[in-house]
Formats: sequence, structure tokens, C-alpha cells
Amino acid sequence: MKKIQILGTGCPKCEKLAGNAKKAADNLGLDYEIEKVTELSQIMEFGVMSTPALAVDGKVLVVGKVASPAELEKLLG
Amino acid sequence: MDWKAEWKPLFWIIAVFTACFFLPVEAPRVQSAVIESLYLVKWYAQEHVLLCLVPAFFIAGAVAVFVSQAAVMKYLGPKANKFLAYGVASVSGTILAVCSCTILPLFAGIYRMGAGLGPACAFLYSGPAINILAIVLTARILGLEMGIARAVGAILFAVIIGLAMHFFFRHEEAEKAAAAPALGEEEGGRPLWQTALYFASMVGILVFANWGKPDQPTGLWHALYAAKWWITGGFSLALGLMLATWFELGLPRIALAAIPALLSAVILPQYPELAFTFGVVALSVLSNLKSTRDGEMGAWFSESWDFAKTILPLLLLGVLIAGVLLGRPGHEGLIPSQWVASLVGGNSVSANLFASVFGAFMYFATLTEVPILQGLLGAGMGKGPALALLLAGPALSLPNMLVIRSVMGTKKTGVFVLLVVVMSTSSGLIYGTLF
Repeated sequence: MKKIQILGTGCPKCEKLAGNAKKAADNLGLDYEIEKVTELSQIMEFGVMSTPALAVDGKVLVVGKVASPAELEKLLG
Repeated sequence: MDWKAEWKPLFWIIAVFTACFFLPVEAPRVQSAVIESLYLVKWYAQEHVLLCLVPAFFIAGAVAVFVSQAAVMKYLGPKANKFLAYGVASVSGTILAVCSCTILPLFAGIYRMGAGLGPACAFLYSGPAINILAIVLTARILGLEMGIARAVGAILFAVIIGLAMHFFFRHEEAEKAAAAPALGEEEGGRPLWQTALYFASMVGILVFANWGKPDQPTGLWHALYAAKWWITGGFSLALGLMLATWFELGLPRIALAAIPALLSAVILPQYPELAFTFGVVALSVLSNLKSTRDGEMGAWFSESWDFAKTILPLLLLGVLIAGVLLGRPGHEGLIPSQWVASLVGGNSVSANLFASVFGAFMYFATLTEVPILQGLLGAGMGKGPALALLLAGPALSLPNMLVIRSVMGTKKTGVFVLLVVVMSTSSGLIYGTLF
């Protein structure tokens, strides 16, 4: 099971990234869960300064942009 | 009935009913305040949205897509040259802080993983005040000198506040975060000069489409005013050519898209706004074609659209509220002008101090500080206190103080707030004396 974490303080872009990630993971038929990390100090522990960001199993894959579902499929697959 | 769950709606129903029951609709002050706010909204819609905000949204969107945050953050990293870091931190808000929700993570990142406390505070102070939309709107509505004073004041005092914070806490080292900063990959591609020209053409459109009518009917300013639509057209042509070549849209498509705007400019030259609108629509269509939607054109448009979507409703609400409370300049809203004038009129220390403290604690949604300040100025606020509020306002608010406190602790936050208030008060005093 993959743990997809969306890092961001809660602006609309983070929602969009979460939505795109869900779409991509569903398309790939992955077994996953999505978690939102909104606490700033927790986001810092990932080493992320520009939100939104996305981490899979603790590894940061996307920083500072809303990746499209197609891009995310490549990263998650 | 489950009163434990239902008391809340009941409370609200009674509250709203009571408010409606005693609604002072007859009072002349209330009636004129409502009318005032409608006048103000209409004035904004006619004067500021089309020519000023729309291009500004496209520029802000372009900044978000084509300016790489990673490239800027290089200068704010842990190994960065300290002097350079202060300079970069205080000006980089222009391009890094296009959305207010990105400020705090960047601030925390610079503090914990990057150049440290001083540059982080410098960034936090100037960032929200000098983003491209804030400067454009301030200069357009509150006057050019206020716009410039806001930008210069924010940058200058950001460096001072950053250095002061560093000095006060020089013996304390921030606990560094576990991870090294993960920056987005730097996207290569377009050479810098192309990006620069592309931005220049959009800024040119923004500036000349809004060129104000000068007082004297002669001289250079007037000549520029008379030719403003020709110049704007020239910049649009340049932008079109860049899109056709560097952005690979191709000349035929650009030419086709430009036809409605050209036709309207030739047939109805007395309504340049119409041609302008056709141009904007053409650009939007070009960004959403099947072949461009997923590329950089599509990304540019969707960023711009996101800004428009978030900021326009806030601004509409801000203008309405400012109109009801304060009225247009020269008219009164609900709050009597004497109150405003007695609290923040003139340029006394107490007026400046009050404006800074109020600004520091009050939360202003993105850009709404501008219509509110316009109302306050119209009601008799001094120019110095106005600048003080503009400087202290967006940098701090009660909610974001709490977040800052969670990042750097109570003591540092307290000192930072104090510094912001002191610096904003003094810059207000200086500006009020000069102008």
C-alpha cells in the first residue's frame, strides 16, 4: 500500500494537487491512502519550502507546483 | 427535538431575525452608505478591472509559471552569501509571493533550512507588500507615489528588520530541520532574455493601457497619453510575435486570433476597451486549444485564472464593505469622517502608531487593504498613517502571528511584531513629513 502525502497549508492549489493525485492513483489501480499534511513544522521536516508538494512513502516527488494527473501517473507508476 | 444539536441554528435564526427586525433602513446615513458602496463598486468595475487587473492577473500567472522558485531559493539557502541573502530576501517577494498562502512556508523554510532568521524575517516583512498585484493596484488607486513609497519602504525596512532580528538573536542558532531543502527542479528551456522581453511586453501593455491623462495638454506626458493606445497596440503586437515564435503557437493562429481585436480597433476606435477585451479573449482561447492546453500556455492561463478566481470575489467584498463603512472619497459612509480624522488624521506620532498597530493585528484578505485605505484616505486619514498601515497590514495579522509563533517561538515573534510596528510607524512619519 502506498501512502501519498499532500503537503500544503490548505490553499486551493493543495486541494487541486490532492484531486489530481487521487485521479492518477485510481487510473493506475494503486492500493493507496491519501493524507494531508497541513502543519507547517511537519511540512518543514520533509524539507519542503514551496507548497503544494507531494510525497510518496515519505519521499518528496513534487515541489511547488500542481502536477497534472498524467505527470503524477508517471511518478506513481 | 435534540436541543443539544439544534441550539446553534436557533441562535442564528433569532440573531438574524432580530437584526432584520430592527434594521435601520430608514436612517439617511444607512441609505446613503448603501448607495455609496454601490457607487464605489461601479467605479472599480469601470476603471480598474478591465485594463488594470486583467493584465495584472496574466502577469502574476506568468510569474508563477515561468519564474523558477528554485533559481531564487539558491540565494537563500544555508550556504548563501549573507549579504546577498538579505538583498534577495527583501526583493524576492515580487516574484515569489504571488499568492499569500505561499509566504509562510517559504518563511519557515528560509528560517529552518536556509539562510536563517534575518533573511527569513526580511522576506516575511516585504513579501506580501511587494507582490506584483499589490504594487499595481496600490499605484493605480492610491496614486503612483504611494505605490512607490510602499515598495521602497517595504524593501528598505525589510533589510533593517532582518538585520535587527539577526542582531538580537545572534547567539541563538535555529534548530535546523532534519531534511535538506528539497527544491523543485530548475526548468531549463527559454533563455533569460526571452523571458525578460516577454515580461516587458506585458508590463508595457499594463502601464500604457492605464496611462492617466496629465493636467497640462502639452509636453511629453501628454504626447504619451495621446498615443497610449498605439503604444499599447505595439506592445501587444510584440507579445503576439513572441507567442507565435518562442511559444510555438505559429503565426497563422496568432494572426487569426488578432482579427477581432483589429477589426474592433478599426471600426470602433472610440472604444479601445472593446479591442482590448477581444485581445484578452483571443489570448484565453489560444491557451485552451487542444494542442496548447497541457503545455506552458495552458499552465499560464490556468495560473492566471486561479488568481482571478480567488482575488476578484475578495476584492468585490472588500470594496463593498469599504464603501458601506467609509463611502467614496468626499462622501460619508457609516463611520463619520471626524472619527477617522481624529484617530489617524494628520501626521502625528500617535496617528502613525495607531495605524501600524491596527494594521499589524487586522487581517486583510489579499489586496482588500487597497479599497479600505482608499476609503480611509477619503475620510481624512493622513498620508503618513496610510503608508504605515500599508506596510504593517499585509505582513502581519493575528492569525499569521500564531503560525509564525509556532515556527520561531514566542520571544522572537514578539520582537518581530514590535519591530514591524516601530518601523512602519517611522516610515509613515517620514513619508507624511515629505509629502
